[in-house]
Amino acid sequence: MEFQLSDEHRLLEKTVREFAAREIAPYIKEQDRTHSFDPGIFPKMAEQGLLGICIPERYGGAGMDYISLGLACEELEYVDTSVRVIMSVHVGLYSCTLLQWATEEQKQKYLVPAAQGDVIGAFGLTEPNAGSDVVNLQSTARREGDHYILNGEKTWISLADVADHFLVFAWTDTEKKRRRDHTGISAFIVERGWPGLTTETIHGKLGVRAGNTGSISMTDVPVPAENLLGQEGEGFKIAMSALDQGRYTVAAGATGLIRACLDASVRYANERQTFGVPIGRHQLIQQMIAFMAQRYEIARLLYLRAGWLKNQGIRNTRETSLAKWYACDAAFDSASDAVQIHGAYGYCDEYDVERFFRNAKGAVIYEGSREIHQLLQAEYALGYRQDKPLRCELPAYDPETWTES
Amino acid sequence: MHAIVCIKQVPDTTEVKIDPVRGTLIREGVPSILNPFDTYAIEEALRLKEQFGGKVTAISMGPPQAIEVLKEAVAMGCDDAILLSDRAFAGSDTWATAYTLSQAIRRLGEFDIILCGRQAIDGDTGQVGPGIARQLKINQLTYVCKIQHIDFEKKEIRVERLLEEGREVVESRLPALLTVVKDINQPRYPTFKGIRRASRMEYPIWTAKDLEGANPAFFGLDGSPTRVVRVFTPPPRSGQTEIIQGETVQEQATKLVERLLAEKII
Repeated sequence: MEFQLSDEHRLLEKTVREFAAREIAPYIKEQDRTHSFDPGIFPKMAEQGLLGICIPERYGGAGMDYISLGLACEELEYVDTSVRVIMSVHVGLYSCTLLQWATEEQKQKYLVPAAQGDVIGAFGLTEPNAGSDVVNLQSTARREGDHYILNGEKTWISLADVADHFLVFAWTDTEKKRRRDHTGISAFIVERGWPGLTTETIHGKLGVRAGNTGSISMTDVPVPAENLLGQEGEGFKIAMSALDQGRYTVAAGATGLIRACLDASVRYANERQTFGVPIGRHQLIQQMIAFMAQRYEIARLLYLRAGWLKNQGIRNTRETSLAKWYACDAAFDSASDAVQIHGAYGYCDEYDVERFFRNAKGAVIYEGSREIHQLLQAEYALGYRQDKPLRCELPAYDPETWTES
Repeated sequence: MHAIVCIKQVPDTTEVKIDPVRGTLIREGVPSILNPFDTYAIEEALRLKEQFGGKVTAISMGPPQAIEVLKEAVAMGCDDAILLSDRAFAGSDTWATAYTLSQAIRRLGEFDIILCGRQAIDGDTGQVGPGIARQLKINQLTYVCKIQHIDFEKKEIRVERLLEEGREVVESRLPALLTVVKDINQPRYPTFKGIRRASRMEYPIWTAKDLEGANPAFFGLDGSPTRVVRVFTPPPRSGQTEIIQGETVQEQATKLVERLLAEKII
């Protein structure tokens, strides 16, 4: 048992912390206020290696491990959720899924430029009437010669309006669609610019206002047959395995958000005086701070364990779900308490905690709502759910082969 | 091109706690960092390497845990890193530190330029850089904010120095020692590749025995010509606050200037 970060992880954590403090923190308040996403962050993240952090060097990545991905997410969301979302979508849901399921040709064509940060990937699963109820997807992919013709609407897609490539899920078997048999769903890599594909940005979000979220509309989009990811009918399994990585990054990010709430609250509790003493001396304030400290430690241990399991190549759907459920609830509670500690000042955007509060709510809903994770955990505990081996598993981290070019 | 960068591990605080009895710095319990000014020296050396090729060697003197700052230097892109660590070096003043570092630099062989931060944030003397230059009998260019021209073939350099009342342009022969200020560049972040290399690299530790030809009498506390007699925190300044009144900002500014002139402050 080893509870200490390695030198490599420590240096990485420090580097991403400095990156976030210098490249994101000075601008985030204004971007959040004006609901503006800054695409200028992509080249900076690419140069640092963040956009391919846990992808092997031979596929254009930085060759770090999955724990590094988690640590980077924690440090980024310490400053703001929007930049961590880039990691969740581009690295977790898109690139890691290609690493797991794509053929060598597909990896060369799509994973390499993504890991280098030359193109941005997004993940198109959710639809207007299909969120938690994934099998209620309406998008279809009709085979015509050497192409599939895609039709459908995707919504609540992070980076929809700024991504170049999309991993999209659609029914290839209409009979199975009617029967709600998920083995009729398939996954496709779709490029912006192909005829019939348009995207839009969603406005008016409660939080993550500096992030881009939108919709994808597909009308008779011709997708070459070689862009089918995995086999026909494997789409549902691919989507669920992608969520193992996406949820991991969300859990790690939420952990950073808890730490941000804790640090802000401690700072304020030592400054602000009431009844002749700093408010940190009041027991009810101490209670809120104690809970934040407790939640931070628990959330961090849970996500680091999930990351360790990924490094080992051990299936971690249950552990990742637990980490995600816990960390996101804990982040929301911590942000709520952080606003409470700041009093009226916490209710306006002079301080960061109101942004933390608005941002924290999203993750309780997306990447498996709180309720979905509760059902999953209950089913695991009751023995109703077991994870079967997949045809393609996420490769275990190997420090040697990961750094071979 | 061979650039040498001298770096130091310092406590992560500008309010260093002082042992009231011994008058030395209390390092326990204070997280240690790479002296912020030294990151600018590393960055400048790495830029020279990118422009001219060659290598950059980072060198530090301190306790074994000072290896941490060498790791950061390698993660940023330095090729080699050496730690000078020996109980015999303990208690060195700026003269003894400069002597010891210069002996190590001699052992490193040929070099073209030495870079240091303008000062360390703990001791704040700014003397070690110039001391090394003196020991090595090379020119020192302190408070450099820009390298205007450098030619390693012709062994010449022209720099801008940031002085209190302006900038000064100075030319020198190479090799030379530069101490740099924050204006000179914006240090890069370590790359992930650099982090991996830094974590897996072996760091040579040189002790007093490794510095052949050096005079051991000049090492450490015994070799230090100066003694810190007493370190104390000056009493906090007291003063009165006065609000300058006026109808407009211009009027307030005028009154303020008149007062400052009257008090002979400006």
